[in-house]
Amino acid sequence: MSAAESVVRLIYIGAAACFVVGLHEMNSPATARRGNLLSAGGMAAAVLATMVLLATRGGVTSTGWIVLSAGAVAGAVPGMYAARAVRMTAMPQLVSVFNAVGGGAAALLAAVDLIGHRVAGVSGTTAVTGALDILIGTVTFTGSLVAAGKLQGWVPGRPLLYPGARAVFGTLAVLLAAGAVWLAADPASLAALAVLLGAAAVFGVLMVLPIGGADMPVVVSLLNACTGVAVAMAGFAIGNTVLIIAGALVGASGGILTKLMADAMNRSVPAVLAGGFGTGDSPNPVAGGASGTVRQTTAEDAAIQLGYAGKVIIVPGYGLAAAQAQHEIAELARFLESRAVEVSFAIHPVAGRMPGHMNVLLADANVPYPQLKDMDEINPEFARADVALVVGANDVTNPAARRPGNAVSGMPILDVDQARSIIVIKRSMGHGYAGIDNELYTDPKTAMLFADAKAAIGALLAALKTLAGHR
Amino acid sequence: MSAELLTDLTIFVLAVLAGYEVISKVPPTLHTPLMSGANSVHGIVLIGAMMIAADARTPLGYALSFVAMAFAAMNVVGGYLVTDRMLHMFRARPS
Repeated sequence: MSAAESVVRLIYIGAAACFVVGLHEMNSPATARRGNLLSAGGMAAAVLATMVLLATRGGVTSTGWIVLSAGAVAGAVPGMYAARAVRMTAMPQLVSVFNAVGGGAAALLAAVDLIGHRVAGVSGTTAVTGALDILIGTVTFTGSLVAAGKLQGWVPGRPLLYPGARAVFGTLAVLLAAGAVWLAADPASLAALAVLLGAAAVFGVLMVLPIGGADMPVVVSLLNACTGVAVAMAGFAIGNTVLIIAGALVGASGGILTKLMADAMNRSVPAVLAGGFGTGDSPNPVAGGASGTVRQTTAEDAAIQLGYAGKVIIVPGYGLAAAQAQHEIAELARFLESRAVEVSFAIHPVAGRMPGHMNVLLADANVPYPQLKDMDEINPEFARADVALVVGANDVTNPAARRPGNAVSGMPILDVDQARSIIVIKRSMGHGYAGIDNELYTDPKTAMLFADAKAAIGALLAALKTLAGHR
Repeated sequence: MSAELLTDLTIFVLAVLAGYEVISKVPPTLHTPLMSGANSVHGIVLIGAMMIAADARTPLGYALSFVAMAFAAMNVVGGYLVTDRMLHMFRARPS
């Protein structure tokens, strides 16, 4: 091992440490940003070190250098632009796209490595891990693109089912396994590579298509973990430890995150993957046959109730994120505070389109971090709240979850029904994700304000300003 | 099974455990930035892409290396920037 190579290996160890410590620092909002910078620093050092290694080692053709730098620019510039320009509501799909290209790169890496060493022959380890890398990387590439398309609305969010889906899927899975085994056994075979690539690409698409839009966060998280595993496999294939470490880290983190997300939605990961669940983002959900009477209210009445309350808890949900009403709700909160109303936001772990997404949206709208309370922190406070204002949240507020025997049983919920009065802003009596009636809406303490979240909050604010004004 | 493979497997298993321990302590509020942060970490595949681009000798090799470089660079640069943008918003509002 040359001196330069030893130094580069040491830098790789340092980079791996930066990734671990960086992720650890993302535990708390106070250190999270520093953690991400540390992780980015480790990445930059590893990339620079690799550059120096390639330059000192020699043997890189001038075309190779051009390809290397042109490729880097061709990817970095649009990546930079998208990261800066994207609206915060569109962020989940951007993360999915970045995940897709990562998986694609991992798959290509192994494919190029196998093709390049076809004549010289490859070791058994490289063949097996390379085949696994191509399989997983390609599935995550196409799967993540479909997931991003569903989140963006380019692909219908509803579960896309077709007759014979199970048979097609089964055949494809067999083809996929056969392709992987074939390539692992005969890494020199271009036909095997083609079969595996093709089957994996189609598999990724067909795996995500039948899954409803509301389940997408779980899928994106799972695919993120898969990319990590693919990168680790690429590390085995080309014999690079820092790829193994970083890939394994991401595989573990993504796996846990996926499980946490599924748990909070009262879903299991296999059930999510089975697909066909939920209606997706249908703009006019089928009205639920609500039993019991529902009390309606107007923006004026609701404004007075809010304006003269001592303590208000706002419960933002998917409807708020979908209507992009985060700035309006933040303004409403600031106005209420100016009237000496105590305001806090109750954030369910899966509120919004991804876990933590609601925090990002509200922080984007300049809601102070201490006002955002997580479920365990806020639940005891509902009993002291004069008004709970629910904006576009459904299943996470359904008291039926406390009883066994229904679709939301056992799901962790916000104890909104403990508040002295409840105002729900919602477009219709349509069902949420679980497809059952929300008993909160028929509670005698609850008043419904049927409107789009953005329009309703605007009306509330206008009414507050004319009727109540600053105290 | 070669000694090298055994070493790599050891590293893999320990890294999985490290990832599990590090991640399981993150509060739900930071899950989206965390997912994005983890997403950028697997951008380390950029190093692998650089290695194969350096070894490429055929037109097909160059073409595929170019795409791999572009994909991986987008993953790294976009991933870290968008994570930073999210985390930037978590700072308390200046009072």
